[in-house]
Amino acid sequence: MLDFSPFLDLPLLASCIMALAVFLYVLLDGFDLGVGILFPFAPSKDCRDKMMNSIAPFWDGNETWLVLGGGLLFSAFPLAYAILLPAFYIPLILMLLGLIFRGVAFEFRFKEQGKMHILWDYSFHLGSVCATFFQGILLGAFVSGVTTQGRAFGGGSFDWLNGFSVLTGIALVFGYSLLGATWLLMKTDHKTQEWARKIAFRSLFYVVFFLGIVSLWVPFLNETIFTRWFSLPNFFYFLPIPLLTGLSFLGLYKSLLKKQEIQPFFIVLAIFSLGYLGLGISLWPWIVPYHISIWDAAAGAKSLSLLLMAVVILLPVILGYTAYAYYVFRGKSRASYED
Amino acid sequence: MDFDPILLSRIQFAFTISFHIIFPTLTIGLSSWLAVVEGLWLITGKTVYQEIYKLWVKVFSVTFGMGVVSGIVMSYQFGTNWSRFSDSTSNVLGPLFAFEVLTAFFLEASFLGIMLFGWGRVTRRMHFISTIIVALGTLTSAFWIISANSWMHTPTGYEIQEGLIFHPLNWIDIIFNPSFPYRLMHMVTGAYLATAFFVGGIGSWYLLKKRHTPHARIMVGMAMMMAVFVTPIQVFLGDLHGLNTFKHQPAKVAAIEGTWETMKGAPLILFGYPDEKEETTKYVVQIPQLSSLILTHSFDGEVKGLKAWAKEDRPPVRPVFFAFRLMVGIGILMLLTGMIAVLLFFRKTLFKNRWFQRWCIILTPSGFIAVLAGWFVTEIGRQPYVVYGLMRTLQAASPVNGKQVFLSLLAFIIVYTFIFGAGIYYILKLIQKGPKPLLKETEIYGSHGVIPPVLGEE
Repeated sequence: MLDFSPFLDLPLLASCIMALAVFLYVLLDGFDLGVGILFPFAPSKDCRDKMMNSIAPFWDGNETWLVLGGGLLFSAFPLAYAILLPAFYIPLILMLLGLIFRGVAFEFRFKEQGKMHILWDYSFHLGSVCATFFQGILLGAFVSGVTTQGRAFGGGSFDWLNGFSVLTGIALVFGYSLLGATWLLMKTDHKTQEWARKIAFRSLFYVVFFLGIVSLWVPFLNETIFTRWFSLPNFFYFLPIPLLTGLSFLGLYKSLLKKQEIQPFFIVLAIFSLGYLGLGISLWPWIVPYHISIWDAAAGAKSLSLLLMAVVILLPVILGYTAYAYYVFRGKSRASYED
Repeated sequence: MDFDPILLSRIQFAFTISFHIIFPTLTIGLSSWLAVVEGLWLITGKTVYQEIYKLWVKVFSVTFGMGVVSGIVMSYQFGTNWSRFSDSTSNVLGPLFAFEVLTAFFLEASFLGIMLFGWGRVTRRMHFISTIIVALGTLTSAFWIISANSWMHTPTGYEIQEGLIFHPLNWIDIIFNPSFPYRLMHMVTGAYLATAFFVGGIGSWYLLKKRHTPHARIMVGMAMMMAVFVTPIQVFLGDLHGLNTFKHQPAKVAAIEGTWETMKGAPLILFGYPDEKEETTKYVVQIPQLSSLILTHSFDGEVKGLKAWAKEDRPPVRPVFFAFRLMVGIGILMLLTGMIAVLLFFRKTLFKNRWFQRWCIILTPSGFIAVLAGWFVTEIGRQPYVVYGLMRTLQAASPVNGKQVFLSLLAFIIVYTFIFGAGIYYILKLIQKGPKPLLKETEIYGSHGVIPPVLGEE
């Protein structure tokens, strides 16, 4: 049977793929959750129609990365899946419920001509805020560490709730807002675009503020993270990450001032990538911080081999037709699609 | 109050998955049917097909949306509520779940966008291809998830290592486990039939109300073709599936039959009331020796009764017994409907007979009820095991607190009722509105955006 383990570090590869899937989820669903967060603040119903249409063909594919993330965690790191999901029971269920409300809003809102329109506007908005906030909470709780007992979760129902996780929850709401605003800058025009630019400026400042606090707090959560960043020579190796992040923020500010339409979105993507990289450096090699490493949680070599072979073949194909879908719906969003 | 996390988790899983399966059932059927309708439009050039397509693709999109959101919940529940099951089986089942996402979900999601919003942005041919891809996506998804489910019924190709951890030995044996081909065919055919009766019921309603008659005739006509030709196939497939179950899970069959004593020449119990305390089925209406004949193809073949298993190894009898009769009953009604349709067709009153239209309207949701009943039979019939014969459901649950599960179950019930209610409401509204007459070809092209219309800006 298929087994690549003699010459490949399978858990390492699987963790890279898993990280990639989660990262693509954050970027892709990030902008459409962001659009949902900003939704009720848009100047008019016409703007909201355009906002929703700018993401309607994509949201479903974007959310599929979350399913892949869950699926890969289950199949590649079953022990982590079995510990983390019960540990995060409440925030996960709340995130899923949020995603339900915003997901169905896409279908129901366009079918509703009457006053109930407002119901689905808010279902979309509050669902997006709730899903984002609890994703942030999950991130914070993950970084804070999880109590284990043998091969199972050993902590309490509310272990996930602490100052740091609430902070990351709020930070992510602003982070996705910034992504959403710059997406709208690229995909809309006129009034909607002008409004999006204003919002982008505002969220930019919040993101700088919250990302700053989070970045300074993380090293004090755990000693290994602190020594990883602040011991020599590591400090100099990792220094480019905060520096580049700072420069990106400056670049974004300038780009917004110059009224550029496309560049801001990609600069925000770069900022998210740098943040994600920083997080990866902090948490390496834990998959259940700070107890179980990727090697200890990994599935058997045969299962991982089959999985990796499939991913190597299929992922490029998936990225290919995803890119095609984005290409088909290129250009500015309109208030309605021909049905 | 005592909150039993395992019982509550079981109720939660049953509730969320029962709710979920309704949508894939309809999307599997509708996507294949839409591909046929769009193909007919492209071949014949008749606008009526395009109008049918455009009505039903909207119903499809609402259904699909609800399927996606209720499906994401499923993919996380294995961990939140059944973490010990996940830890034990993921080496075997994990790749199958991952394949479903990689080969089906992304495909469906990406091309669904084109199917719904791509008019005028892609060529007609590309649009048709997108519909076909979505249809194939739904079938691929069914392939993997039913493979994983079937493995839990008839596990093969594995070895068990210390601490009850399953490891794969042979992937082909795992994927094509003994019950998989039967379950897959039975379910996909079930989805097609459920959709056919759904579409046929709505077509009949249009006919009865004398609205959209040209569209309704096509809808009813195609639905009845399915009823006539596919229902008998489904009965045959169901029988094969039953024989397969008899071979691998005889306790389930004993519960289905409601037989307690092992005997040769066992009768077929048509109706009755299984009493689990007294270990007998009361008030039986039965046909002598038929059970043995069906299951062993011999009048005096031996059929095991429930008492052959220790009490703690038996599945709950009553739900399995009644759900099976509900499923088969609906199957018989569908078979009858097909026969009547043939009769009316030759008397040239298929589209005129008012009573037949009313009858078809009643049967509109019947297929979904049958699908749910069928899943109840097979899943409850697998109890008390989660992996048949090897891992008990009691061993599978997460170490979570019962109150937490109670609250999440409550939240799911409230949210799903609300969302499901709204979903049905919008589907009914779409159907109430009916197909929209399309403009002349040239005008359609304008508004399709091939020549981008200049929109009056705010």
